[in-house]
Amino acid sequence: MTKLNSNIPGGPIKDKWTNHKANINVVSPANKRKLDIIIVGTGLAGASAASSLAELGYNVKLFCIQDSPRRAHSIAAQGGINAAKNYQNDNDSVYRLFYDTVKGGDYRAREANVYRLAEVSGSIIDQCVAQGVPFARDYGGLLDNRSFGGVLVSRTFYARGQTGQQLLLGAYSALNRQIGKGSVKMYNRHEMLDVVTIDGKARGIITRNLVTGEIERHGAHAVVIGSGGYGNVFFLSTNAMNSNTSAAWQIYKKGAMFANPCFTQIHPTCIPVHGEQQSKLTLMSESLRNDGRIWVPKKMEDVEKLRKKEIRPADIKEEDRDYYLERRYPAYGNLVPRDVASRAAKERCDAGFGVNETGKAVFLDFATAINRLGKDVIEARYGNLFQMYEKITDDNPYETPMQIYPAIHYTMGGTWVDYNLMTTVPGLYSIGEANFSDHGGNRLGASALMQGLADGYFVLPYTIGDYLSNEIQTPKIDTERPEFKEAEEAVKQKITKLINNNGKKSVDSIHKELGKIMWDHVGMARNEAGLKEAIDQIQELKKDFWTNVVVPGTSDEFNQELEKAIRLADFIELGDLMARDALNRSESCGGHFREESCTPDGEAQRKDDEFAYVSVWEHKGEKEEPALHKEELKFEEVELKQRSYK
Amino acid sequence: MNLKIKVWRQKNAKAKGGFETYDIKDVSPDSSFLEMLDILNEQLINEGKEPVAFDHDCREGICGMCSLFINGRAHGPDDDVTTCQLHMRKFKDGETVTIEPWRSGAFPVIKDLVVDRNAFEKIMHSGGFVSVNTGGVPDGNAILIPKEDADEAMDAAACIGCGACVATCKNSSAMLFVAAKVSQFAKLPQGKPEAARRARNMVAKMDELGFGGCTNTGACEAECPKGISISHIARLNREYLKAKIKE
Ligand SMILES: Cc1cc2nc3c(=O)[nH]c(=O)nc-3n(C[C@H](O)[C@H](O)[C@H](O)COP(=O)(O)OP(=O)(O)OC[C@H]3O[C@@H](n4cnc5c(N)ncnc54)[C@H](O)[C@@H]3O)c2cc1C
Ligand code: SF4
Ligand code: FES
Repeated sequence: MTKLNSNIPGGPIKDKWTNHKANINVVSPANKRKLDIIIVGTGLAGASAASSLAELGYNVKLFCIQDSPRRAHSIAAQGGINAAKNYQNDNDSVYRLFYDTVKGGDYRAREANVYRLAEVSGSIIDQCVAQGVPFARDYGGLLDNRSFGGVLVSRTFYARGQTGQQLLLGAYSALNRQIGKGSVKMYNRHEMLDVVTIDGKARGIITRNLVTGEIERHGAHAVVIGSGGYGNVFFLSTNAMNSNTSAAWQIYKKGAMFANPCFTQIHPTCIPVHGEQQSKLTLMSESLRNDGRIWVPKKMEDVEKLRKKEIRPADIKEEDRDYYLERRYPAYGNLVPRDVASRAAKERCDAGFGVNETGKAVFLDFATAINRLGKDVIEARYGNLFQMYEKITDDNPYETPMQIYPAIHYTMGGTWVDYNLMTTVPGLYSIGEANFSDHGGNRLGASALMQGLADGYFVLPYTIGDYLSNEIQTPKIDTERPEFKEAEEAVKQKITKLINNNGKKSVDSIHKELGKIMWDHVGMARNEAGLKEAIDQIQELKKDFWTNVVVPGTSDEFNQELEKAIRLADFIELGDLMARDALNRSESCGGHFREESCTPDGEAQRKDDEFAYVSVWEHKGEKEEPALHKEELKFEEVELKQRSYK
Repeated sequence: MNLKIKVWRQKNAKAKGGFETYDIKDVSPDSSFLEMLDILNEQLINEGKEPVAFDHDCREGICGMCSLFINGRAHGPDDDVTTCQLHMRKFKDGETVTIEPWRSGAFPVIKDLVVDRNAFEKIMHSGGFVSVNTGGVPDGNAILIPKEDADEAMDAAACIGCGACVATCKNSSAMLFVAAKVSQFAKLPQGKPEAARRARNMVAKMDELGFGGCTNTGACEAECPKGISISHIARLNREYLKAKIKE
């Protein structure tokens, strides 16, 4: 039944990538100059791919929504990037990083891809250092490392609390060099609205110039999507406001299948929602859990007094506090993985013990650590985070515990790709968070940056050459072809419909409704009845959107409401697919928790016999239900085990 | 809280802009400044009017997308924060808040509060990089960098490219922005070989694009949300002199 071929090379896992590189075709320098590549996105994935491909000699056209490639959402990553360098002599290795990633992903990732990721991880650090990324150093001048959740070695490289910023600025600098040379043509404030296929191959895109509103056609011999994740389907998330799914969704509608849409990551330590006016959520780094202790009161009367501000957290006696992670998971305590910590917080808050007015917050308390290590040590470790927390909440975390609550943070699902990062449409690639490839059901901290840069610097530049070697006879793509005209026409019609709709509801108000449906039914805990309800509600919301949305202004000007409306239309459809996928996967796995599938003491229960596969969805048309394909996952290196943190 | 919002409205680059004043009610003091603008926009949309265009993305003070001149100060009345990190508790109930775009010849207005900062991009294209290709580089630990140098490079590298320095400077000089990049690389062994050339090219591009000269008023440092120090301008000047001497 399946038309999926993951193209995993044969041979032992440690030789697969080397052999594959030796066997694939390369394009001569003279021919590279004749080939055009379109890249959508300038995050770590897109920027690294664009500069590397341009250095090789291809003509690159690069697109982003923001006014500069440097502002892609990758800029916001805080904690760090993993690499199996074993600089700390703590017995780290490519194999260990591979193993940790497969296990951390709850055994739903493709082994061969993950192994390759671990294999190239060291080169990423070398590359970034050579570009002048100011990683943290120790007094001997060597690179410093820190530890991150879910692993036993110290392999995370960092640049203060701004690792994503520094890595992106590194890739951006390489990109600037190519833009200066004319080998990358940069299109800032341009949004891709559709992909164009000719005879089944990706041949270009349709974009909207966000300043003038002009709809443009761009042709190329291959198209690469690096447009990031879809966490904003929940309205509130830690993603940047402009992060969206439209590029990934439009290619889905043109035949690029979508994998594991229900795998979303909820980060346990974010600043709680302050009220209805909230527009986005702020992450507090995972590293805080190294020294902070998480608790809620044991007694309901204390909870009530806290909410009325009659008592302060410090007034609650030690024996009246429930350090629930330490209670439930004595072995890992406050350092359980993200999904486990998030669900435990929800469990306590659902039981009524949430510590703020909204009932949706728990304490992250540094008093014990400050007593033990002194305020100075804590300040040196987390000073900038404490300051950021205080700026936002007006509370001083040195004196009173932080309040935190889980929030949507990352999406493991994404466009399905084979080992070469090619989608099910020939000549169409997907890289970075936009694809589904390496993290299975749950991503480990500091591994997204690694994957984005691995894809862009060290994987795609090789694999795309294999495809393009068969395109050297193809002349420049003619954008006057009917396929381009049709795609452009469809985009224009959609925009006209939105502008002329003249409804009563703002885009944001509908987006908030979608977010609520998603959070209530496709959020931290999911069940059959809720998911079915979500599918119905999303259908209703879709109708509501297309009848009642209002988009002020015109299409031929700078129009942010129009931008948001186009993106929301796609989020609504994606929400539906996420619910369907979550409904199909009746196991609990990684970030996907099905209430029906848990152990007697409430822990997640995987079902390897039934679900050791990637769910790959195919679009069948507006009126048809999507079709499910399965990519079976074979585990030859790693033995499948239930995760336990007790 | 209730506020009067006096905001710059300008249909497009060619149109003549002007201030409009709106009343806005029930803003939570815990809301961020941009959330306050969201509320204003929701209100305008419900009244059938066009919302105010403003740039923003991360809302965490790191992407450099948000800008805004608020009550006469770049990024508003709080210190060391970007506009997106500014909270309404910094304002008084009933206050009139004046909001303008960055004002600089090098940053033309696109619409309302949105400006075109492409000039910054062009400066970066002219030299904001170390000339290395992907692959074929030495091991990360083969290049030893004293911790102090790495830390100082990081201080400079923290620039978010927001443009507040230019908007604040009476000469519209981009010296702090350029110095941050030149200084980051000049502090690192990887960036040393082309340090002088980089300084010369970036400064030449800056002049060509119509940014003004630096007269050391220090206004940029005071308003920089990332605390970029003007000591980097001194380092830029040294590198620039070296380049001139070589010529
Ligand atoms: C607050 C936060 C902290 C994080 N911290 C870490 C960390 O410490 N370590 C770690 O490993 N990971 C971390 N992550 C995850 C990581 O930052 C992201 O997964 C990663 O940066 C994604 O990179 P990307 O290149 O795939 O996409 P992005 O950086 O999201 O870039 C997407 C690009 O696509 C463009 N784009 C999107 N749609 C279109 C369109 N239709 N047309 C044109 N252009 C388009 C955008 O303009 C942008 O340039 C963090 C994430 C968040 C939210
Ligand atoms: S130097 Fe400061 S004010 Fe100027 S662009 Fe950089 S961060 Fe903004
Ligand atoms: S929105 Fe990113 S810095 Fe303000």
